[in-house]
Amino acid sequence: MKKTVSINVNGVAHRNEVEPRLLLVHYLRDTLDLTGTHIGCETSICGACTVMIDGQSVKSCTMFAVQADGASVTTIEGLARDGELHAVQEGFWERHGLQCGYCTPGMIISAAQLLERNPDPTRDEIRHGIEGNLCRCTGYQHIVEAVEYAARKMKTEAATGD
Amino acid sequence: MSNKYVGQRVKRTEDPRLIQGLGHYVDDIKLPDTLHVAFLRSMYAHARITGIDTSEAEHAPGVIAVYTGKDVVEKIGPVPCAGALPGLRVPDYRVLARDKALFVGHPIAAVVATDRYSARDAIDLIMIDYEELPPAVDVEEAAAGGPVIYEEYGDNISYKLTAGEGDIDAALASSDQRIKQRIVHQRLAPVAMEGRGVLARYYPGEKELTLWSSTQIPHLLRTQLAIMLGIPENKLRVITPEVGGGFGSKLNVYAEEAMLGWISMQLGKPVKWIESRRENMQATIHGRGQVGYVEIGCKDDGTVTGLKYDVFADLGAYHQLLTPAIPTLTGLMLSGCYKIPAIQINVTGVFTNKMSTDAYRGAGRPEATYVVERALDLVAAELGLDPVEVRRRNFPAPEEFPFKTATGLFYDSGEYEGALRKALDMAGYDQLRKEQKQAREEGKIIGIGVSTYVEICALGPSQAMPAGGWESATVRIEPTGKVTVLTGASPHGQGQETSFAQIVADQLGVALEDVTVIHGDTSIVQYGIGTFGSRATAVGGTAVHFAVEKLKEKAGKIAAHLLKSDVSSVTFNEGRFSKQAARAAAAGEVPEPVVPAGQAPAGALPEPDTGGNHVSLQDIALAAHIARDLPEDMEPGLSATYFFEPKNFTFPFGTHIAVVEIDRDTGDLKFLRYVAVDDCGRVINPMLVEGQIHGGIVQAMGQALYEEVVYDEQGQMVTGTLMDYALPRASTTPWLELDRTETPTPVNPLGVKGVGEAGTIGATPAVVGAVVDALSPFGVRHLDMPIRPEAIWRIVNRQN
Repeated sequence: MKKTVSINVNGVAHRNEVEPRLLLVHYLRDTLDLTGTHIGCETSICGACTVMIDGQSVKSCTMFAVQADGASVTTIEGLARDGELHAVQEGFWERHGLQCGYCTPGMIISAAQLLERNPDPTRDEIRHGIEGNLCRCTGYQHIVEAVEYAARKMKTEAATGD
Repeated sequence: MSNKYVGQRVKRTEDPRLIQGLGHYVDDIKLPDTLHVAFLRSMYAHARITGIDTSEAEHAPGVIAVYTGKDVVEKIGPVPCAGALPGLRVPDYRVLARDKALFVGHPIAAVVATDRYSARDAIDLIMIDYEELPPAVDVEEAAAGGPVIYEEYGDNISYKLTAGEGDIDAALASSDQRIKQRIVHQRLAPVAMEGRGVLARYYPGEKELTLWSSTQIPHLLRTQLAIMLGIPENKLRVITPEVGGGFGSKLNVYAEEAMLGWISMQLGKPVKWIESRRENMQATIHGRGQVGYVEIGCKDDGTVTGLKYDVFADLGAYHQLLTPAIPTLTGLMLSGCYKIPAIQINVTGVFTNKMSTDAYRGAGRPEATYVVERALDLVAAELGLDPVEVRRRNFPAPEEFPFKTATGLFYDSGEYEGALRKALDMAGYDQLRKEQKQAREEGKIIGIGVSTYVEICALGPSQAMPAGGWESATVRIEPTGKVTVLTGASPHGQGQETSFAQIVADQLGVALEDVTVIHGDTSIVQYGIGTFGSRATAVGGTAVHFAVEKLKEKAGKIAAHLLKSDVSSVTFNEGRFSKQAARAAAAGEVPEPVVPAGQAPAGALPEPDTGGNHVSLQDIALAAHIARDLPEDMEPGLSATYFFEPKNFTFPFGTHIAVVEIDRDTGDLKFLRYVAVDDCGRVINPMLVEGQIHGGIVQAMGQALYEEVVYDEQGQMVTGTLMDYALPRASTTPWLELDRTETPTPVNPLGVKGVGEAGTIGATPAVVGAVVDALSPFGVRHLDMPIRPEAIWRIVNRQN
């Protein structure tokens, strides 16, 4: 009954036997113990469970682990590199883009993916880009500022070749 | 005291773990051999339970146990209600329904299994025989008659309450104008992004139960669960790990918390239950839920003479912790920020076949503000006056504070005109009105809404609270000089790990990084009340302030002793005590203790440096712990605990202005401007205050425009998921222009008033006022929330 999946998560190859109905988010949280990815609604609405799969942001609460077989997944735990925060993470810290922190991992993943698609978004484009992620604490304004901060930083780094 | 940190935009110390996904919410805590619990819940609003067959579920793969009402009725006490009102009817609220289910989502059985999938599967194998009963759904119909939920009561009335001062009938009779309006405050779901969750672990040998719960009130929960479970309170430890938002919904004691503790005690293993969003919509408390009739009397110049509010409060089937008390807060705040000589509220608390209402961000005060602000807009419309002018004419002057209201409160301090003027200037109000006139001539539909509000915060003096209104703090300096703060408040997103550290670091003249704030563990932290009612900083922060002062007093005595001086001649500055005040240097941060190599054995503490004219706090802490050279009769150690009892509430205030434009073809609404000037007293961290206001305003926009918990006529929940319950999104939310005035409160030495709920209180009437103003050319004077595009379109296109 169980299926074998090979999934690369945050640069580490994993091979596990899973029930076909196991949700990807439970695979990440319970099988791999990567609990940074949260569950907020189980219906793809709130985006707390957003991860990156082969470069696309995906809501992991409505995808089966077996559907990610062979894929590369990046979760919030894999965003910082060599102990250095991703520009979006830094932006959230600098601009108070989080309060309770529960929506934050999914929000950061969506914002990071947005900036990959569109490195220089307007405020409206940022708001549109993260509208699949709900936050109940911040009213979104500081999140928008955090993403603007990250965009500026990434642009500067790209220009200086950092 | 220095101001290196207080008042500054200090980045949060909570954030590094949270932005990397390294925080621990309840479901992130893994204990070996944990079993998982799922609840079977009623699918009917009102039904007799005539049979329960669990046999198939009990034999399902992975299932360990199945419990129903008969298993627990004698074992677990009722879900508590702390609201005490004269003549209040309090139904017996058991953790599992036995003979009757009284709302959709009412728990009937619990399945325990080896994993969450098996537990959930087995729920479907339990057979329940229901005999459907007619439900009481609409609050006014339930009050008037119809199906009765509790036969023993004979009707659906939980309580009736009349409050207020002044002769309301005479006041209304003597007024030039009397205006009446029916006002609906729809039911809302708090929707913390993390639902509830419980992990319970019982050690049979030690007879100790540890319960991790996503709650705002760890100590109050411990006390209540100890009573429900019949175990000693000091054998129960409640831990609140990261809490993913509360907004009042976790200011409660829930059936599931007691069930999980009890199940763990039965099985001797850890058990976990994580609420699904559907369960959260059905069985976590709702907010608001009032239908009322306001009558306001005024003179022809707009001076208000009296205000009467008859309200039906939709309480739901049972009382949760504060259910009946919430409408009383509405009554207290009905004066708004105005001089109203006579006020009366008549509350009818009504049982309905729904989930309980209780505290949701604002908790009774948004309702009051909405009633008063809508009423003042109606006065303005009736008299043809500018709504701003009507408000101005009714403000008390700054010199009238403390200002006594006809609801029995004393407002501590306020400068309402100042906040109003600032907001009008920011918005360019006069120009906006000109532009609106012009736009209307061009066929555009534009509206401006203004709300001037006052709220009641820093809950509160114990006399006015159901279970103590004080807050506690312990501050200690460890032998290595690090400062530990234990707060009885239990923040869950508000950032007090940072803001309390700011207070302490400035008071002690130490670096922020040297202060750690610990909260949310009843075995570590002294008893506390919790985080709700915009109280954590105003009450809990003040407790921290006094604990530090107490600690410094002791430190000063030790310093004098070490410096061979007397207490009156040592002074404190920047982290150290000095003999001569004039020579006090700006030392700054506490240095790391240095153990001279080769002189002390490994593990030995260094000797305190007490030479010269100065001694640092760190050396005093060391001396206090080594305790070889202390003043006679002094206790060793350097720690102080303070329980702060506030003498009054605080009353923050402000002005919000919304400008909206309506699309004639779709009824869609967009914000052209949103301006808010809030006065929450002194500000510890402006960045955190902005965050609180942003979040509150957007939740208010949710109430005004999108959100509504809908039960159909059978009492079935229609809005059971986030696919059906519309929350504000980034793309539907405008840019918010904030500023503030700062009127410190005399109630506490920090001067802080509280800010957690200001947005939901001040913004709702501004948004609704703007929509009504936009539609006033169509004859609209009031609209009920949520004002959705369809309703607007029907008005604009005359399709009523």
